[in-house]
Amino acid sequence: MAIKQKITVAVSGLNNIDSPGPGIPVIRALKESKDFEVRIIGLSYETLEPGLYMHNLVDKSYQIPLPGSGIDSLMERLNYINAQEKIDVIIPNFDAELANFMKIENRLKSELGINMFLPTQEQFDERHKANLYEFGEKHQVHVPFSKMMFSTAEIPTIANEFTYPMVVKGKFYEAYIAYNAEQVGNYFNKLSTKWGLPIIIQEYVFGSEVNVTALGDGKGNAISAVPMRKLFITDKGKAWAGISLDDDELVNIAKNVISSSKWRGGMELEFIKTAENKYYLLEINPRFPAWVYLAAGCGHNQPEALVKLALNLPVEPFGGYEIGKMFIRYSYDMIVDLKEFEQISTIGEL
Amino acid sequence: MKIKKNVAISESGFIFNPTTGDSFSTNPIGLEIIRMLKDDKGKDEIRKTILTKYNADESTFEKDYYDFVMMLQNNQVAEETE
Repeated sequence: MAIKQKITVAVSGLNNIDSPGPGIPVIRALKESKDFEVRIIGLSYETLEPGLYMHNLVDKSYQIPLPGSGIDSLMERLNYINAQEKIDVIIPNFDAELANFMKIENRLKSELGINMFLPTQEQFDERHKANLYEFGEKHQVHVPFSKMMFSTAEIPTIANEFTYPMVVKGKFYEAYIAYNAEQVGNYFNKLSTKWGLPIIIQEYVFGSEVNVTALGDGKGNAISAVPMRKLFITDKGKAWAGISLDDDELVNIAKNVISSSKWRGGMELEFIKTAENKYYLLEINPRFPAWVYLAAGCGHNQPEALVKLALNLPVEPFGGYEIGKMFIRYSYDMIVDLKEFEQISTIGEL
Repeated sequence: MKIKKNVAISESGFIFNPTTGDSFSTNPIGLEIIRMLKDDKGKDEIRKTILTKYNADESTFEKDYYDFVMMLQNNQVAEETE
């Protein structure tokens, strides 16, 4: 029997709720690693993130400061956690926290010996929703026309450049379809209050949504790209069930994006496929999606491969993946002792 | 009319299109027709087989066959042959 290398991986995004973070699926994939025996350290922001209490998956958890607190307090907290746990790799899973982690990636490596495998600042910025149209032009992929909006006073001008319906998108999360100027204004206020400015207005493209979870090695190689179609969508637009697809064209588009941008790390590409079989890139998320465990189920353990890349171990691109594999989410009530809630709430560790 | 190559059809009449992720189920006659289409059999041959095997008149076959293949085409299970 092969001996597995023991490693400690810290993972955020433990909010396994109706709009789930990718943390728990990433952890499940890591726990199935053939090469590593992984001790998982959970990094949480809220005391009710379900992953905190999933002791079969998360060995120990620590609260970390909210992204708005800046990099010094994050560094200080990680320094403390590392002193207890000796972390080998951190996988941040929230869009909103990535900027801070990217800024301290080199310091974490040199000062604490912690490895990460994140996109570069340039990659992170150019795939931003506000810049995606230009990204599409640069990397030769169709992107619906979009513009940034900073004030509701811009609505009349915007209305001249788009036709209704149009998509109103938040800076980090959420999108709504607006059918008139009043709705654009309402969604603008709703999204800007929640996620800040700018708001992105995007041309509405009709078709079916297909997504790809992928991993780039930072040198232009796509280690893996697995496409999926949502079969059941929640009222928040999240996949509650999905199926892996046999779609070479979609996989090739994803691989071309990775190759052209030399993408480093995990990513999710969200597309609309029109009735004319044309693909429009709607969004690039600079981390694994919450459905990444499907990729592991299809034979591509992307989180494990990312850990290898972070540890500078050789990683070859995966071959084929299983087509027609489905994931179906479910909700599950955990019974939690108040003592545990008290512990994470007061001392920030569990 | 031709069934797309990568479409999977099970014994029970369950049809899976791996390109779109859609799945359907059909009754035994539908399954029989799909199998004949998959074996590159033309409409005349399919008509002959169905009318010989089942108690159906020609106009009913025409109407139902047209509806069925249109459904296959709309759901990207089948495509027109050139």
